[in-house]
Amino acid sequence: MTVPMPLIIGVTLAVLLGLATFLTWFERRLLGLWQDRYGPNRVGPGGILQAVADGVKILFKQDWIPPFADRGVFVLAPAIGMMTVLLSFGVVPVTAFWSIAGNLNVGLLFVLAMMGMGVYGVVLAGWASNSKYALLGGMRAAAQMISYEVFMGLSVLGVVMQAGSFSMRDIVLAQSGLWFIVPQVLGCMVFMLAGVAETHRLPFDLPEGENELGAGFHTEYSGMKFGMFFLAEYAGVVLISALLATLYLGGWQGPLLPPPLWFGLKTGALVCLFILLRAALPRPRYDQLMALGWKILLPLSLLNIAATGAILLLHAPG
Amino acid sequence: MFGILRTLWLTFLHMGHRRVTVGYPEHKPPLPPRYRGRIILSRDPDGMERCVACNLCAVACPVDCISLQKAEQDGRWYPDYFRINFSRCIFCGMCEEACPTYAIQLTPDFEMSEYLRPNLVYEKEDLLISGTGKYPDYSFFRVAGVKIPGKDKGEAEREAPPVDIHTLLP
Repeated sequence: MTVPMPLIIGVTLAVLLGLATFLTWFERRLLGLWQDRYGPNRVGPGGILQAVADGVKILFKQDWIPPFADRGVFVLAPAIGMMTVLLSFGVVPVTAFWSIAGNLNVGLLFVLAMMGMGVYGVVLAGWASNSKYALLGGMRAAAQMISYEVFMGLSVLGVVMQAGSFSMRDIVLAQSGLWFIVPQVLGCMVFMLAGVAETHRLPFDLPEGENELGAGFHTEYSGMKFGMFFLAEYAGVVLISALLATLYLGGWQGPLLPPPLWFGLKTGALVCLFILLRAALPRPRYDQLMALGWKILLPLSLLNIAATGAILLLHAPG
Repeated sequence: MFGILRTLWLTFLHMGHRRVTVGYPEHKPPLPPRYRGRIILSRDPDGMERCVACNLCAVACPVDCISLQKAEQDGRWYPDYFRINFSRCIFCGMCEEACPTYAIQLTPDFEMSEYLRPNLVYEKEDLLISGTGKYPDYSFFRVAGVKIPGKDKGEAEREAPPVDIHTLLP
């Protein structure tokens, strides 16, 4: 069974952008629920049209580029941020046959590469804005995302070793007996923390850091260019959740329900977990963030690789 | 580490808590009688204006939003005009405290939004109410030693008759 490619691309794009827009409202409602208040509940049933209202408002805003900004790069930065996230979804398998890139044999590497590219979106935004707070935000983003990429790459290596493949589909198929979250629990936790830092979501949203940097790297952005950063952030949350579901929670596999539904359920639950993190935890200091990364997560992920390798070698046939 | 997980769990449990938000236009929260809202000018039990245009409220006002002019009729002082600029008013209640005749009072009403700023300037007609407000029995001219029609000097409540300065006897 194969689904025609344009259909897959179109549906994925529509679902993703719709989901990212929906999440802007959903997150606020969920935060409200966990903070004993309502959140946006006026526009449409339950406030669901708030996302539409925000979208219309942001589309009609003046597209303002500050005179001191580097115009070309300023316009390019949000596009990079959005593009890399969307491209990453190309290799995420919704079911065994539902994936834009098909069974790309370097799928996981492609995702990591796209995340590496994604740093440029933030860094260039901070640089091109040509103002001090934006630059500080961009600098923080560069340091944070580059260092957390290291642990992210290292933490998934355990999965790759166990599955014996970089292909996302093979990784999911390798979990038909036991989800990788059981043997790779350490790697899963490191990957999750790195994922939060990589999407610069709270509590690791230091590049934005409202209370000290204004709005961080997107201080100078307004209108739909700001909207692109916003959507890219939410699409990033969905991406990390989808990756976690694929790499550690058995992807589309599960009893009774059809595969796409399982994939959606797992991803949705993880998105809710991301929002819970935001609702509950305060932002660490910048040096604490870096110390956590280099002094705890890096040794942990190295330990994970070593242990996984040793166990695999001991159980190797022959 | 444990603290972080505990925080996550406790926050998660807040799903079952009651929300503290009051959905304002549909559910109006009860306001206490002494709530400091829209300012009014009250009348005494006889239906006359209580305000004697002493200007103390205008002096007490920290943002200078009260403006008035004295007028006089038959010994009674009253404001010729009395103007409160509610776009400046901070509802501190100092005017109410300063008022010697309980004329100016704050009420539990805050729904006074306007689309045009000039509409927030209230004139005497807008401020004056027909009732006595929080003090139903008080009337300044009944207790003050001012001569008005129907009440001569010394005829106010608990007021001794004026001293006859033409006699030598104490």
